[in-house]
Order: sequence, then C-alpha cells, then structure tokens
Amino acid sequence: MSRTAASASNGAALGVAPGAAPSDQATIVVRDLAKRYGDVEAVRGINFDVQAGEIFGFLGPNGAGKSTTISMLCTLVRPTGGYARVAGHDVASERDAVRRNIGLVFQDTTLDGYLSAEQNLRLHAELYGVPREVVAPRMQQVLEMVGLWERRKSEVNTFSGGMKRRLEIARGLMHSPRVLFLDEPTVGLDPQTRSSIWTYIRELKVAEDITIFLTTHYMDEAEHCDRIAIIDKGLIVVLDTPEALKAAIGHDRIQIHTDDDDAAIAALRERFDITAQIAEGAVTFGVPAGEQFVPRLFAELGVPISSVSVSRPSLDDVFMSHTGSTIRDAEADGTDQLRTMARAFGRR
Amino acid sequence: MASTTTPSRGSAASAPAGAAGAGRPLAAVRVPASSLRSELRAVKIVWRRELIRFTKDRLRIITSLVQPFLFLFVLGTGLSRLAGAGTHGVNLRTFVYPGVLCMSVMFIAIFSAASIVWDREFGFLREMMVAPVRRSSLVIGKCLGGATVAGFEGVILIVLSPLVGVPYVPILILEIFCLQLLVAFAITAFGVMAAARVKQMQSFMALTQMLIMPMYFLSGALFPVSGLPQWLTLLNRIDPLTYAVDPMRRAVFAHLHISAAARRVLDPGVTWWGWHLPGLLEAGVVAALGAVMLAIAIFEFSRIE
Repeated sequence: MSRTAASASNGAALGVAPGAAPSDQATIVVRDLAKRYGDVEAVRGINFDVQAGEIFGFLGPNGAGKSTTISMLCTLVRPTGGYARVAGHDVASERDAVRRNIGLVFQDTTLDGYLSAEQNLRLHAELYGVPREVVAPRMQQVLEMVGLWERRKSEVNTFSGGMKRRLEIARGLMHSPRVLFLDEPTVGLDPQTRSSIWTYIRELKVAEDITIFLTTHYMDEAEHCDRIAIIDKGLIVVLDTPEALKAAIGHDRIQIHTDDDDAAIAALRERFDITAQIAEGAVTFGVPAGEQFVPRLFAELGVPISSVSVSRPSLDDVFMSHTGSTIRDAEADGTDQLRTMARAFGRR
Repeated sequence: MASTTTPSRGSAASAPAGAAGAGRPLAAVRVPASSLRSELRAVKIVWRRELIRFTKDRLRIITSLVQPFLFLFVLGTGLSRLAGAGTHGVNLRTFVYPGVLCMSVMFIAIFSAASIVWDREFGFLREMMVAPVRRSSLVIGKCLGGATVAGFEGVILIVLSPLVGVPYVPILILEIFCLQLLVAFAITAFGVMAAARVKQMQSFMALTQMLIMPMYFLSGALFPVSGLPQWLTLLNRIDPLTYAVDPMRRAVFAHLHISAAARRVLDPGVTWWGWHLPGLLEAGVVAALGAVMLAIAIFEFSRIE
C-alpha cells in the first residue's frame, strides 16, 4: 500500500496531489475536467491525481458536482471539457476498457431483487467476462469478505439495506477492478451499518490492493480517507490529507449565541479584529487557543452571551474556512442548484 | 476454454478468503478484452435471467393461461351455438385457436419487455448498461429471453391443441411452434423498442394495451378475413398480426378434413389486391418487422448514456 507522500505542501489550491508521482503513473488522472448541462456548469474544470492504493474521498454538499464527477470517471457521463484517465484509459474514448477496470457501487441499489445473491454475482461475472473457472472461487471470496456467504442462496429482496450495500460492494469486486468507485456508500444507512461498511472498505483495501474513490457528504466519514478533495460549486477548493487540512486551520472554533448577533459580529470586529459569521444559527469564528479566549470574550464583548461552545478543528471547519459556509448550509443552497439542473435537463 | 487466468481453482478455493490479514488468497481476476465470445456470454446471461425470473414467478405462468382458456373454451364454446351454420360444421374453437395462441404469446412477450421498465425503476438496468459489453448484446439477449418465455406458453397451448380439434401432426406442430416463436420475438422486440422511450410502467402498459388489443381484433383472429367491408379489409392488411395468424390457420386447416365450401369461407387466405400471399412470405413479413424493431431497439439503447 503505497500511501503516497501526501504530506504538508499547501499548494493544494491547484488540486494536484502534493508530491504526486508523474501523472501517467497515477491510477486516476484528471485534468481540467468539466461538465455543463445547458447553462449550468456542474463541474467547472477540476484537476487531481489519485495514486494506486489510496482511499480518495470527494467531499461536498449535494449538488456540488460530486456525482457528476464520479459519473464522468465511470464513463456514464461524457465530459464537456478536459479529460480524465482511469487505470490508464481515457474515460471518453476507451469506455469499455475503463469499465472493465472499475467496480461501481451506486447510491441507489442496482441489484435484481428477485435473484439470489449468488445469481446477482454470477450475472455480473458473465457480463464482465470473468473467466468461468474463477467465477465460483472468486464469488466465495468476495461474499465472505462482506459476510454474506451464508446468505448466498437468499433472494436479495429479503436483505436489509446494509446487506444490499455490502452485496453491491462484493459484486463491484467480482471482476477484480483496479479502482472501486463508491458513490455515497453509506447514505441512507443507520450509523451502526455505516461504520460496518467502513470496516469492510478498509479491510478491502488491505486484501485487494485496490484504489478506492468515493464521494460523501458526511464529514466524519471523510476522516477514513487517505486524502480528500473538498468540492464546492463545481470546483475543488482544497485537497490534502484530513490531518493536514485540519492542522492548516490552526485554530479552534467558537460558537456563541447572543441576543443581538449583528451587534456581536460588529463588536468582535472592533474589539478583537475577528471576522465572524453566522453558521447553524450561531455566531461562529476561529481563534488560536479557544479556552483562553473565552474569559476575555465575556469580559470585553459588551453584548450579552447566552451560551458558548469551543471545539477543536474538524473537517467541518476545514470546509467552512474554504467555502465560507458549513456543509449543512451549503446543502440548502445545493438544493436550489439541483432544481436549476433539473430544469436544464427537462429542456433537452 | 482458453484460460487467461492467473490463479488455479484449487489454490483459490482452499485459500482462506476474507481474513484481511491472511495475505492475498486469490490473485486478481484477469478480465480478457471484449470479443465475440464475451458478447455471446452477455447475450446468454441476459437470456437466462429472463428464464430464471419467469420460472420463479409461478403465479404469472398460471395467470397467463387464464386468458387463452377464456377465449378458447368459454367464448369459443358459447359462440359456437350462434355460429353453427356459418362455420359449416367446423368447431369454432378450432377456428379461433391460431388467433388465441398468437394473442397469449403476445401478452407474455409484452410482459417480458415491460420488465425493462421495472428494471429501470429499480435501478437494475444500470448494472447492465454500465457493463463492458455492446448494447446490442443486451437487447438481443432480452428479446431472445422474452421470445423463449412466450414460446414456452405457446408450447402449453400446443400441447392442449387436441382439445379444440387440432390434430397432433409433427409437421403441423413444428409449423405452429415456429410461427408462434416468430410472433413472440417480434412482439418482444416491439416492447423493448417502446421501453427504451417510455419510462413509466403505467404509461408502458397503457401504450401497449392500446396497440395490442386493436392488433388482436383486426388481425382476423376471431373472423375470416375475406369479404370484409373495405375499411376493415384495409386495417386488417395493415395489421402485422394478420400475417402471423393467417399462415398458422392455413397450417391447421390443411390438416382438417372439411368441405371445400367450409375451407373457402373460413380459410380464405390474405390477399393483396387479389393476389394470395404464400405462407412463407407472410412469415417473412413478421420476421422482417421483428428485425426492424430489433434494430430500432438496439439503436435506441445504444444512444442512452
């Protein structure tokens, strides 16, 4: 597992992996990739590389361009600008070659519920041309990996949501892809199932020597990735390891509730020279060493404070410091954007 | 089977899979580049899925037999009391048998094609569409699957044919079998073609019912096609199903011992401006239509991203 040198270098604005190997060796190479639907630019020219063996996360609110990007990399959507190479093949001109080398797990289930788990995998193996003599052993291997070997004869309709997702992961691995694409692999699952899916994904990386590309809008899940790219409004705003991103924030996050938020923001600017924002209904700002700052805040702000919270930097703060809003607030905007996109689709 | 694989079966099966720490039990599967053989495998698995789905759905097998039984035995028996003079002593059930056979095959075929619409709604279609195979392989597999399933239904009705006065003669059985398979294939192709465009189950069923019922009634499945009013003659000759029902009826009547008058009235054959079409040409019309619809279906599905 060559966990690539994804260390400090903060030239991340470009989105190219820091210290990346020459681009033709990366498993995924993306250059100026763009997609436009009518007037809507869903993806506006992005660049990055993913190295072999990485778990690479695409993080952003709904409507930020995550799904469009993953769809382009999977050859499901044709780019309108730039190019991308996956496992050495161009996603636009060598679609079948790309498809043979990738496994896909979509947000929505794509299993045939009336077939058994085994029949679903067999069907996949036949469609992908897996040599006959390895179908049976490979099927056993992937089913055991996701803990469904005992249930192989059961009709998929009898499976829970988490089991279906695991079966889809197993199916995506049937043909030993070099890259596994997971589009929101845990969306719609309960927290316990979510964490078990992550266990499988991490085991998988060890057992299969595979590159994993996933999208998520759960901040806590992005922590599992080797590197993450934060995407907002169709652009990559920052790309690094989760640790480096959090370290780069360099301050704690303070949220206060006051009687008069506007006055509080003004007072923060005047007295402490701090730029604060309203996020999640609270006045939010960052300071180095939050605990020491709180007593001063109470003494000098001059606006009554009803509650205060101090937190260590999280990926939420990373997101906020690069996009100016929290991911939840961005989701609300994203919904509007989706609607616009839907209209653009409808016009075609 | 030229193998392109790295691992041997033995080593793979015995290795303790799943245990993350236990090294790599099975080396990566090598997927060979696409070839005619891989396309044929795709056709075959899509076809097989259709069969698996059908055999699991026992209720569908049984319910799909209800309609032909109603037409053959209830309607056929009931109406024969009225039509005794007109049929020159020929059993009305024998007369409507080819039409009823075609109809039930049509319904099964349309249901098979409709599963594409379900597959889209339930997401499974995507699994097939992203596979590294040609769309034509998927469409052909689907059409063959639909034809096989519908053909199976036809076989049940062929087995029952003596009950309605159609004799068991090998050549006749073969003729009927081939014709109904042709109908099944053409109708599945038509359904698949429609399913490429129509995204909702309700719309799909409404559309196909709207087309199939008129096709059935106009085809002469329930009446002789000569001496009709001009407008009905015209519609009858446009109806593709006419060219399936007629040769099948001719085949059946060729094996009946009936008067020349009865034959003239009941089995007049389809004419184009007074010219009698040979049965083989009629079958050719159905086959050609099926091929055209298959080509359109392939084209439609190849365009979908």
